[in-house]
Amino acid sequence: MKYTFEMIVLGLGAFLALVGAGFAQDRLFGAHMWVLFFVLLGGTVVLLQRMEFRPAVAGAAPPRSEYFDEVVKYGVIATVFWGVVGFLVGVVVALQLAFPDLNIEPWFNFGRMRPLHTSAVIFAFGGNALIATSFYVVQRTSRARLFGGNLGWFVFWGYQLFIVLAATGYLLGITQSREYAEPEWYVDLWLTIVWVAYLITFLGTILVRKEPHIYVANWFYLAFIVTIAMLHIVNNLAVPVSFLGSKSYSAFSGVQDALTQWWYGHNAVGFFLTAGFLAMMYYFIPKQVNRPIYSYRLSIIHFWALIFMYIWAGPHHLHYTALPDWAQTLGMVFSVMLWMPSWGGMINGLMTLSGAWDKVRTDPIVRMMVMAVAFYGMATFEGPMMSIKTVNSLSHYTDWTIGHVHSGALGWNGLITFGAIYYLVPKLWNRERLYSVRMVNWHFWLATLGIVVYAAVMWVAGIQQGLMWREYDDQGFLVYSFAESVAAMFPYYVLRAVGGGLFLAGALLMAFNVTMTILGRVRDEAPILGAAPAPQAAE
Amino acid sequence: MSILDKHAILERNATLLLVGSLLVVSVGGIVEIAPLFYLENTIEKVEGMRPYSPLELAGRNIYIREGCYVCHSQMIRPFRDEVERYGHYSLAAESMYDHPFQWGSKRTGPDLARVGDRYSNEWHVQHMIEPRSVVPESVMPSYAFLKETPLEVTNVAMNLRANRAVGVPYTDEMIDNAAQDLRAQADPNADTAGVEARYPKAKLGDFDGDAQRLTEMDALIAYLQMLGTLVDFSSYDDTTGYR
Repeated sequence: MKYTFEMIVLGLGAFLALVGAGFAQDRLFGAHMWVLFFVLLGGTVVLLQRMEFRPAVAGAAPPRSEYFDEVVKYGVIATVFWGVVGFLVGVVVALQLAFPDLNIEPWFNFGRMRPLHTSAVIFAFGGNALIATSFYVVQRTSRARLFGGNLGWFVFWGYQLFIVLAATGYLLGITQSREYAEPEWYVDLWLTIVWVAYLITFLGTILVRKEPHIYVANWFYLAFIVTIAMLHIVNNLAVPVSFLGSKSYSAFSGVQDALTQWWYGHNAVGFFLTAGFLAMMYYFIPKQVNRPIYSYRLSIIHFWALIFMYIWAGPHHLHYTALPDWAQTLGMVFSVMLWMPSWGGMINGLMTLSGAWDKVRTDPIVRMMVMAVAFYGMATFEGPMMSIKTVNSLSHYTDWTIGHVHSGALGWNGLITFGAIYYLVPKLWNRERLYSVRMVNWHFWLATLGIVVYAAVMWVAGIQQGLMWREYDDQGFLVYSFAESVAAMFPYYVLRAVGGGLFLAGALLMAFNVTMTILGRVRDEAPILGAAPAPQAAE
Repeated sequence: MSILDKHAILERNATLLLVGSLLVVSVGGIVEIAPLFYLENTIEKVEGMRPYSPLELAGRNIYIREGCYVCHSQMIRPFRDEVERYGHYSLAAESMYDHPFQWGSKRTGPDLARVGDRYSNEWHVQHMIEPRSVVPESVMPSYAFLKETPLEVTNVAMNLRANRAVGVPYTDEMIDNAAQDLRAQADPNADTAGVEARYPKAKLGDFDGDAQRLTEMDALIAYLQMLGTLVDFSSYDDTTGYR
């Protein structure tokens, strides 16, 4: 009988959720347990439908391919799906800031929707991209099947359950208020279990590898997995009010709590959104341009320098606060130094194209990856600059920070993931090529234009905000009330939504393209100009 | 480049690579965060700080639940414009009982560290129900449902106990009287001597304009009205805060 064990576990989980809902100590926990119950019940029903009452026959098992790619396929689909969801919620919250009547209380108010947007993009879109690509890359570069058998499935489905619980929790109002670590204690515990399984799967595959060397992409994946584990556990230390309640109180308070949170918060950027995605860069760019990594030594130096320095940069989120000055200054110094290892990665990525730069013109996937690395370079210059205390005194609390985050998230994380997806889909589903390469080109321009509009608008908005707040007249009075600075943001908030809308449109095009490719369709279209040798003009 | 050659050892041993990475990423946190727990000058000594009253704590939990921190900071920086706009810059001691901290990272709306006593309760109620009726430029969502939602008063003592477990000095007396104090603080007809003795400077009376019902609006406004009001700055010497 297939899935017997899985079904029992799911059914038992559903029952426990029901018990939790019945004995809940507060309304929110009860509601959340009902959500969990229906999700697990749904899972059980799906498995029941697939059940076959046939005795397992030895030797009748379907031929097993060398690599465990089924879970990677699911991961790619999940990445595209959550990406579209995350970008859509982003456009909605952008519009809510411009047109506040779009808030629908209580569940769809900005304060609950914003964590939904950030988590959907970072953890659902980014996290699925990281899990799927790391499973794909570690098998190829180790020449070994994914370790742990069905553990890979547990990681995938366990992570989706985490996403669903986190997302529904935000809308219900269950949050720790720790930015990018909002889920409450029981969801955190669940993620810890899933993450340990992820580490076992990934590290196990490296340990059983048939290659003598561990490929550089795997260093980055490994550092990302282990550091996120450390950050997640320390930052979420809390005492729950009740084991049948949703509320917990952080183990730390005030100053210590703030620095712990931003130590976590900045390294969610540093390890989730940088180290993990650099691993993607180190595999997919060399593959797509068919060139080796530019410098092996540079990769060693920038790897160790990057992971060492990133951890120190957290205090730059707390400049001029009640955090002691020494910690602020230390954070600033390391943030500025971090510029170098960051650009080490950028140089290594870009220079891998040496001798293949023509592909930027002829291959839109390469173009996407190169633009991703370019945005990585820009964001990692802007970041150190904003961490300088004098600059930060203007930029902090303003939309400039939001713009900075998005040039990194949309430009770097978004584009490198799109590139990886376009690389992976034809290979995973054994298709000759993508449904449409021209649509990739369209996606590239929509996304790039969207990011440029977004970032430029937020620069203007943020700097204007900062300047209005500190503007004095000749008599020594503040010129603007706070409300005037809010009113001044309206045109920028509208334009920002336009930029986000362009980016979303590109992602929808990708979803269509990927779906058609999976269905095995090929669009009849002219090749990209220059893909074939261009006719030479007569001398 | 002999050191780089030695790197080959790490590239062939996944366990070493794992342990090495973990050690390297641990340093920064240990050096920066750990000292904050034992350096005495991290948090200045001030008069007036006390744990939140049960009603204020309930209000604070609603503030957290609704994600107010997403748009409102509670951290006034020591700049002329901020001090003039919002009041004395925030002290570390003022968030010493905050589990978690609510300093925020973005000001889509103004800082709230010292919003207490700035507006009347009636203003707050009106502002929560229809923000643009009192601040036309505002982009804040409406929170009218808070006035219709009764405050959940089941585990009041448990909430205080969990806070005590993480270091907030709630006394046994405070925990024993938690549920009673919570109701008394928002009830204009109650005997509030106990609340006042246990939680000095606590704001008393009906907050949401409906003395018959204890709503989430009562709790949230009780919390907002005490923000930044505990420390007596007439007796606070700035120079002791230099560190």
